[in-house]
Amino acid sequence: MKKKTIFFRKSADRLVRIASGLAVAVAVAVMFWIIFTVFRHGSAALKPSFFSNPSKPYGIPDGGIANALIGTVFITFGAAVLATPPALLGGICLSEYKEFRRFNATLRFAANVMMGMPSVIVGLFVYTSVVVPTGNFSGLAGSIALAIIMFPVIMRTTEDMLGMVPYALRESALALGLTRTRTTVQIVCRSARKGLLTGILLALSRVSGETAPLLFTALFADRWPWGYFNQPTANLPVLITEYSTNSPFAEMHRAGWGAALVVTVLVLAINVATRIIFREKKHGH
Amino acid sequence: MAIKIQTKNLNFFYGTHQALLNNDLTVEENAITAVIGPSGCGKSTHLRVYNRIFELYREQRAEGEVLLDGQNILAADVDVLELRRRVGMIFQKPTPFPMSVFENVAYPLRLHYKLSRGELSDRVREALIGASLWDEVKDKLKASGLALSGGQQQRLCIARAIAVEPEVLLMDEPTSAIDPVATLKIEELMVTLKKQFTIVIVTHNMQQAARISDVTAFFYKGEIIETGATKQIFTNPRNRKTEEYITGRFG
Repeated sequence: MKKKTIFFRKSADRLVRIASGLAVAVAVAVMFWIIFTVFRHGSAALKPSFFSNPSKPYGIPDGGIANALIGTVFITFGAAVLATPPALLGGICLSEYKEFRRFNATLRFAANVMMGMPSVIVGLFVYTSVVVPTGNFSGLAGSIALAIIMFPVIMRTTEDMLGMVPYALRESALALGLTRTRTTVQIVCRSARKGLLTGILLALSRVSGETAPLLFTALFADRWPWGYFNQPTANLPVLITEYSTNSPFAEMHRAGWGAALVVTVLVLAINVATRIIFREKKHGH
Repeated sequence: MAIKIQTKNLNFFYGTHQALLNNDLTVEENAITAVIGPSGCGKSTHLRVYNRIFELYREQRAEGEVLLDGQNILAADVDVLELRRRVGMIFQKPTPFPMSVFENVAYPLRLHYKLSRGELSDRVREALIGASLWDEVKDKLKASGLALSGGQQQRLCIARAIAVEPEVLLMDEPTSAIDPVATLKIEELMVTLKKQFTIVIVTHNMQQAARISDVTAFFYKGEIIETGATKQIFTNPRNRKTEEYITGRFG
């Protein structure tokens, strides 16, 4: 047998290492660049009134983002409330009730399709099926659109997290004479609870910056978001889009950057929280 | 001695693959029956028929009769939940539930019996005493069951199993994931437990079978090659395959 030269093997090894190192460096650099840009432009807008005042019509000074911030919280939490129960049940069905083969195959296919659907189409769908029939834009319609995007994400992570629970745990619960429902809810879901929460939070952070679905549903309004159920509702992503593309006023451009900074920090906070929750799980007790 | 379980002509299938062939086995009451044999010979499969836990998996199927106190547990009208209360099981790896030490024992207990709060904590204590765990956990009943050591976790699983007052305890290599000192403790516990329960244990550890069991069954390729008093099996096996296995020539 002919021996390969050590030099060749070592240089191939080095080449792959350098290539992957470079790829990581590029990705991380872009991320920091984005964060840096957002901070640089956004920090100029940050002052107390920015957080306490609602947004104001074009040309009126001292507008803030308070209404959009609260509106975004309403819309995204509303979406989580709508999406979580069916998504958890779907994930449980996929992971724990594998005997429903046809049903699960259909569910999985539907989730895959939904996962790949452009969010603007989800927005249009909710526009025609909720906004048009009810006759008004609303925060709730926005929540429905975001919930549709969240559903497959939460369902997938639920299935994965439950799949990580060892089979022996299910068996030992059943071997004690527990029913399958009890085993699933009290033992399996319970031991995966932090993972399930993580899935919900990640889905939440994913949709909290979605703009396209909200343009057709929640729209925007320069008032407090108390009309969540039946009126256009202020929210950060649409505010950013509006201010940065439609406004001629420098102050609004600044406010748009400021709002972008707030969204970035929110998403970052959710991700860090997720990390902490999941880390606790690993070390446990 | 009285007969607790009588297996007659038991055949078992994983899909189309037959894993057990015409198993006949008698399990005596208040004795420890050890099931030994090389890996993949059907020991665990056999054990898992006794509480019908295999039914969790759709493609698995058992044929034949397993008589528990004379009643065929494989019959369709048998209530599996009650069967599993009567026939408890301990697994290879300790599997404490993600709850407190107390709740680990109390939770299944509450599902099977109506108990007042006082009765419940009495029964939990008795079970923990029965599993010789009480002294080690009496001050941390509210701590997570997952915080205990491996050996303690396994005894917690035993406490949990005996709390619901079963008649039979199935043990599927209960000490294979546990250190030698903790193993010794569990072996001593088993010898105490057999006064109250009928125990069937699958083990890869020949010394363990010799130390604690009264009866030994040797499995090979899905068949029961030889059964007899443990002393006889280990000192004077009738079958050549049995002898080769216990003297370590294969397996």
